[in-house]
Amino acid sequence: MSHTWALTVSRMRLAMRNRAFLFFSLIMPIAFLFIYAGIFGGGNRQAVPYLLAEVLALTVMGSFWGLSVQLVTFREQGILRRFRITPAGASAMLASSLISNYFMTLPTIVIEFFLARWVFHMSGLGNLTSVFVLVTLGTISFASLGLIVASVTNTMQETQIINQIIWFVFLFISGATIPFPILPNIVQAVAVYLPATYLVSGLQRAMIDNTGLASLGSYLASLIGCALIAFLISAQLFRWDPEAKAPRRAKLWALFAIIPFLLLGAWETANGSLRSHAMKDLQSITQPASLERLTR
Amino acid sequence: MLSTAVIEVENLTKRYGDVEALRGVSFSVSEGEVFGLLGPNGAGKTTTVEILEGLRTPDHGRVSVCGLDPQRSGAEFKYVIGAALQSTALPDKMRVREALDLFGSFYPRRRGTPELLKRFGLEEKRHAFYAQLSGGQKQRLALAMALVNDPRVVFLDEPTAGLDPQVRREIYGIIEELKKEKKTILLTTHYIEEAERLCDRVAIVDHGNVIALGTPRELKERSGAVTRITVRMSRPETNGALSTLEGVTECRTEADDYLLYSTRVPRTIVALVKHLEERNNELVSLEISAPSLEDIFLELTGRRLRD
Repeated sequence: MSHTWALTVSRMRLAMRNRAFLFFSLIMPIAFLFIYAGIFGGGNRQAVPYLLAEVLALTVMGSFWGLSVQLVTFREQGILRRFRITPAGASAMLASSLISNYFMTLPTIVIEFFLARWVFHMSGLGNLTSVFVLVTLGTISFASLGLIVASVTNTMQETQIINQIIWFVFLFISGATIPFPILPNIVQAVAVYLPATYLVSGLQRAMIDNTGLASLGSYLASLIGCALIAFLISAQLFRWDPEAKAPRRAKLWALFAIIPFLLLGAWETANGSLRSHAMKDLQSITQPASLERLTR
Repeated sequence: MLSTAVIEVENLTKRYGDVEALRGVSFSVSEGEVFGLLGPNGAGKTTTVEILEGLRTPDHGRVSVCGLDPQRSGAEFKYVIGAALQSTALPDKMRVREALDLFGSFYPRRRGTPELLKRFGLEEKRHAFYAQLSGGQKQRLALAMALVNDPRVVFLDEPTAGLDPQVRREIYGIIEELKKEKKTILLTTHYIEEAERLCDRVAIVDHGNVIALGTPRELKERSGAVTRITVRMSRPETNGALSTLEGVTECRTEADDYLLYSTRVPRTIVALVKHLEERNNELVSLEISAPSLEDIFLELTGRRLRD
């Protein structure tokens, strides 16, 4: 445990000295808030919680990049090999990725709340406990997924490309940019298989309807399942050496990460409460005019 | 002196695809000994060391360090070893002091960062980023990190490769101090000077085999390599006479110098002096060049070390 903590502190320090990391984890999400609330929201105070939920989700999904990418750099530069001859093991190294990423994400979340409240005059704060739990689980889930990508890719470029593809899919069909109910039916049918969709919808319910944890069972289950399975798989796939290429078997293993979502997506498709909640949330905050603006 | 083997390597083999990196390497290193693996690049030195460090697994054969198996024993093994890898890399934006603090924090028994900074001449650089250090400073930091847990066994893989001669000598000084502390050290090198100066015993490695093993002195004595005696005299001599002197295998002239190649240097010199006295000739200068490990390598492999 002390190894994990020492690594966490060290990696946070390194992340704070990295301008690119600061840009993507702090500046960019806040810029998104201004674009969403300032331009899409068009001064409609009622729309702010809805839009904030989207920005929070987007920030949390950024964990996907976060410190998992730092791990690829460490491996490719031969830095991890030096750690390998110390008693700090693979699990400490992986856990420190998740924890440091979490601590680096929280301040951004808090700043976004403050800006929504003081700059965009959001009236309520939603159910803060639910928001906190969803943000925590979401950050860990997406960072774990990032660890899997870090393990199955062999170079930094490869990591960036795969991350970008997955990130765009998450961004555009989960409801984090385009409101879920506006998406075509077929896209919605696919989106219920993505962890990102549960994160976005869960955050919107917590922000708009003050939904408590008790009513967010399936959302929490999806994120916990994702975090657990992704972490176990990433531990299985972890590599210290740049030379040891990811075996094909590893890429198959990575596919296991989607199993919980297939199950959940199937369950969701059968029972279908996510879609109706998403529609209700959207209707509750949008006057026809701003809905039009959103769809345009 | 009776000493127990701290490092044991038995019949190690390792293959990377079509390349046979190790073809049955065996040696053992005693407590407090500085043992060198000398050989050209690609001889299998780094593979051997990395198997001992637990970074690689051998295909066949057995290794033990302090009685522990690097692959099977966990933290216990890592507590007793320290290592400077062939290229120790750290994050560019990590500060010197932070690196020593972080790596030190992994061990229950550790040396303090201030002590290490002082000893390795890094005090002034303690707040510098890793990327700002010179090659020599990076190497000193790598050595300091290898000692952060005060290990019993230290692995140094090419500790002076790529450094200029002055910095290299600085590193030699550090390794000699470790030797005084009775650390068991395994170092790899392709510098003859380094092996001769630092190592108690040397294994010459080529193409994945140990082709000679012993103290630098034993290696030279055992080998057929001959010593060259360069002589200058006040009057020229007939070659024929000098080449019949005891121990001389060959005699050549080079400008005013006579080059005598001898297998038994002391006897050759005595015979030479007698011979000159008899002829009323005088010795102007005499120089003895002992065979170096380089000559021995050349003799064993037919190649120079840095070919």
